[in-house]
Amino acid sequence: MPRIAFTPQLRRFTDTPEFTSGATRLRVLLDEAFERNPVLRGYVLDDQGHLRPNVVIFVDGRRVADRIALDEPLAAGSTVHVLQALSGG
Amino acid sequence: MSTPTDRAWVATRKGLFELRLAGEHWRIERVSFLADPVTMLLPPRPDGRMLAALNLGHFGVKVHASDDAGASWREVATPTFPEQPQGAGGPAWKLVQIWSLEAAGASVWAGTIPGGLFRSADFGASWQLVDSLWQRPERLEWFGGGYDAPGIHSICPHPGRADELAIGISCGGAWVTRDGGASWTVQSQGMRADFMPPEQAGNPNIQDPHRIVRCAGRPEVLWCQHHCGIWRSTDNAASWQELKAPLSSFGFAVAVHPADADTAWFVPAVKDEKRVPVDAAMSVTRTRDGGRSFETLRSGLPQQHCYDLVYRHGLDVAADGSRLLMGSTTGNLWSSLDGGTTWRPVSVHLPPIYAVRFG
Repeated sequence: MPRIAFTPQLRRFTDTPEFTSGATRLRVLLDEAFERNPVLRGYVLDDQGHLRPNVVIFVDGRRVADRIALDEPLAAGSTVHVLQALSGG
Repeated sequence: MSTPTDRAWVATRKGLFELRLAGEHWRIERVSFLADPVTMLLPPRPDGRMLAALNLGHFGVKVHASDDAGASWREVATPTFPEQPQGAGGPAWKLVQIWSLEAAGASVWAGTIPGGLFRSADFGASWQLVDSLWQRPERLEWFGGGYDAPGIHSICPHPGRADELAIGISCGGAWVTRDGGASWTVQSQGMRADFMPPEQAGNPNIQDPHRIVRCAGRPEVLWCQHHCGIWRSTDNAASWQELKAPLSSFGFAVAVHPADADTAWFVPAVKDEKRVPVDAAMSVTRTRDGGRSFETLRSGLPQQHCYDLVYRHGLDVAADGSRLLMGSTTGNLWSSLDGGTTWRPVSVHLPPIYAVRFG
């Protein structure tokens, strides 16, 4: 079952659920996380539901290039990391 | 209940600082949101409720509310743009920054980059985009000034008319509603934009008012520090007249005396490609006769190798009309207790200062 984990930097602001899911698409897995903590959505996605410019998502160590649909397929054993890009100062 | 004059707030790149005046000295009483950029705040209401707008960079804009004048905070709703229709022109319908916050009656208004005005009837628990302004076709002519996208930096409620607001937009001119936001008119007639081609210089919809403030005691008088100079309106924004300051008419901030509409303060800088104090010496420009004459005030301010810039919201005057605070992007904060005649440093070690407000 796919598993999702968030950067510990986010814990300073809001809860970051870590769980396994039967989701087969990235967007579905993200929506499940946002159901567990609705506030988290605005930290990861912008007004239009796009990935924030300085947030990155990796699926099994591979960076997700599409920042709009986020419709990446997930395998049964996939691990999704939602991280902050090392930008800013 | 009148606004306190012995408490002030400094919103910075690294947190929100509460200041208290003890005798003649301001001291830092409390720091909230340490390390997080605080772009604007709404000082406490008489019941202690206040708001702070954060811009977390990686994680976006957030709004926090306090019920106890900043002792404790909780996150509330963030203004959010609706789904952007396919092919919609103008900037992306994505919140970049909350640039202004004002309370009027039962409403709180938030001005944002990219140019959306939001209203909350429940003190930040929810926000509604003011669609009547957002859908104006003229909005697509607005452009960024200071930031990539246009933004609403000034919100001037009318103290006697709950449904009336004037707002200032960089770069979109001054707009007024007299029906609680149901309809709007652009009211920057008289301003001039010399950064535009001659055919467009007088276009009210592309003006860059850096900051607009209203005199509480004579609300028909508004002062504007514009990208191209200083303007004043004495007819409630129906028309604007240009005024010339001696040192430089360029700057970002303006404050108006709460009772004496003829008294206003500015922080001059070298226009506009340099944006440093004239001759690297800090000064404040004051008029006490409605702009017929200006004084250049320097006492207590650094006069050598000073490169501080005071942003739009970096200057404020208290309800008593004599206490002022001025904060710079270098993190210097100065106080005056005599209407700007003399100044003294409060701190020279603060983070870059975005906004200073009494209350």
